Amino acid sequence: MTFGDLTYEAFAFGFFTILTLGGALGVVANRNLVRGAVWLIVSLFGVAGYFVLLSAPFLAAVQVLVYIGAIGILFTFAVMLTRSMTNLNERYNQQWWIAAVTSIALFGMLVLLVILPVFGEQETAVSDVVATTADLGVALVSGDAYVLPFEVASLLLTAAMIGAIVIAREEE
Amino acid sequence: MNVLSEWAFIGVFFVLAPVLPALPIAIGGILSPRKPNAIKQATYECGVETVGDTWVQFKVQYYIYGLVFLIFDVEMVFLFPWALAYGQLDFFAFGAGLLFIFLLTDALIYTWRKDALEWA
Amino acid sequence: MDRTIGTLIKIAVPIVIGVVVILILNSITSASCLNDFEGCLVDGGMDTDLAGLIAISLGVVLVATFPLLVTILLIWIERKFAARIQDRIGPNRVGPIGLVQPLADVVKLLGKEDITPAGADKWLYNASPVMMVMSVLLIWAVMPLTPYHYGIDLEIGILYFIAVASIGTLAVIMAGWSSNNKYALLGAFRVVAQLISYEVPLALALLVPVMLAGSMSMVGIVEAQAGMWFLFSAPIAAFLFFISSQAETGRAPFDLLEAESELVAGYNIEYSGMKFAMFFAGEFMHVFTNGVLMAVIFTGGWYGPFAREAPLLAFTYLMLKSGFWYLLSLLMRNALPRVRIDQLMTFNWKFLVPLSIANLLMTAFLLKLVQEGGLAPSPEEASDFIANIPQTVVLFLGNVALAAFVMTLIRNQGREERLAEDAGEPSDLTVTPAPAGD
Repeated sequence: MTFGDLTYEAFAFGFFTILTLGGALGVVANRNLVRGAVWLIVSLFGVAGYFVLLSAPFLAAVQVLVYIGAIGILFTFAVMLTRSMTNLNERYNQQWWIAAVTSIALFGMLVLLVILPVFGEQETAVSDVVATTADLGVALVSGDAYVLPFEVASLLLTAAMIGAIVIAREEE
Repeated sequence: MNVLSEWAFIGVFFVLAPVLPALPIAIGGILSPRKPNAIKQATYECGVETVGDTWVQFKVQYYIYGLVFLIFDVEMVFLFPWALAYGQLDFFAFGAGLLFIFLLTDALIYTWRKDALEWA
Repeated sequence: MDRTIGTLIKIAVPIVIGVVVILILNSITSASCLNDFEGCLVDGGMDTDLAGLIAISLGVVLVATFPLLVTILLIWIERKFAARIQDRIGPNRVGPIGLVQPLADVVKLLGKEDITPAGADKWLYNASPVMMVMSVLLIWAVMPLTPYHYGIDLEIGILYFIAVASIGTLAVIMAGWSSNNKYALLGAFRVVAQLISYEVPLALALLVPVMLAGSMSMVGIVEAQAGMWFLFSAPIAAFLFFISSQAETGRAPFDLLEAESELVAGYNIEYSGMKFAMFFAGEFMHVFTNGVLMAVIFTGGWYGPFAREAPLLAFTYLMLKSGFWYLLSLLMRNALPRVRIDQLMTFNWKFLVPLSIANLLMTAFLLKLVQEGGLAPSPEEASDFIANIPQTVVLFLGNVALAAFVMTLIRNQGREERLAEDAGEPSDLTVTPAPAGD
């Protein structure tokens, strides 16, 4: 599908980029923390859109389900349940220059190590194989594929739950 | 490319679907009277004046329910591809899934015994 | 005797006329521009992409408007049904047997003044009802209405449904916060706690049809029920899905949070006029959508005799089945008392979640046994009723065994509690006042 030189795919990519980056900017630049949480949710929708463009609809649904439906709600709970978080007065704290240097360094590292090798002079070919969700399911439990990380993930989740309960019930 | 054309429907849906409830609200906004005054716009508290700021006492139980839900959410996400490909797998897959679910049931039992699921 | 014959004639004649009308309409619409709108546009000389976009938009509008229109009818059905159960007549003044009542309600709500509370967060306040209705409408994009007409057949239909349901919880908390009212916020927190808690057994119960059908798409699940409805292969999963979906919509007996007598209508205290109507309509639509989902996932969707030749007949089958589930939920609403919030949470985390996990494991075990043992129907005879019977019988017996086990556990626990209560110790069933700070 083309629209002049701009395919619909490129248009969708641009839209999701605006959503993700704009949402991220909104989180950082907003003084009202609840509004910030809403912008975070907008940004996560953009990431879900990216997954759709990458032919991974399962991951897009997982992004909405886990990030927006669970983590977004937890963020919103935390922000709403703590007092006087709706209007922060100070925008910059004392260590802002350390943060600036670190983020520029991180950005430079990402460009050097991730973007240039993929899109630079020696282009590595992008794989044409599109795996379906059933393939993912088979891979997750096959003995010669990812069954061990699958079980370790379960252990990790158990540890997370026990840790969360220990911390949250500390006062009892 | 065919994924895109599939999801184009959902994309258009996301754009057009908010219009359908927004339309009656807009019509209502046009048709309804608009006479704001301070008493009507005051926060409702069973007819008396509000006392204190709008905040709720931090009841940690809400957060715990959210945490347990999050863990089970991620577990569900792992189980969906497993259930989807279940027909093509052998008995080992059932064992893997059993171990996975068993570990998380363990966590649920721990939470249960530590009384973290009580509302009070 | 005459009255019986008279009643039978009164029921049978409309049904026969209805079926004949449906078949006639079906043959008219099957070969025309209605079925291939895009083709018609392209033949008329329009650019392919633009025609595609317009066809998609038309599809979206149709798919999104259908639940809204049905909701208007549902409001009437609900009020009449509730009235009859409560031994009164219900709306009967406006229009014949009160059929125009919902329209009258809409007109009244259109004229109500829109009072925005002072200090409310304007953007979030206005966006919340829209988001709430949108989260229900989005489900209809994947609903298979007939064998050939559905919005889109997503590969991940069921997961998409669960993901979209979790957007609704966001809308609730935004509504509660942006009203700038502590009771609205409290109500919203409780609603969200209920909604997220009941999502767990909902999704775990939906894993069972996915396992049985080998596909997550709604169309795939309907096609997989050609031989046998999943209601018979997985009755516990159907029960879990039904109960959890009733709790997800905030429907009695789980309607503590919209209870008019407590918390004064909860998170939508500060909403008036059409915004309140949107919350209200969204809830009715959600209940109907759950009925349709129940029909699609567990009772074979549009399957029935001659469904494939006459799509309109298939649609009628779907509507009849979902009407049955909807009426069942109406009956539950009007007959059962309300559940307390701590009973609600206990019911979910200590009964439904372990039951859904046990059901999943049991079904997985038996299904693997059946598949390895050769009892499963091969893909060629998957749509044959007789070939599906062995697998269904095994799974059904497994479900019955699990249900018997669980009932025994509950009965023993009930007996213990009764004995303890007779001996004078306080039990969980007596009301203990919640500690301050709830």
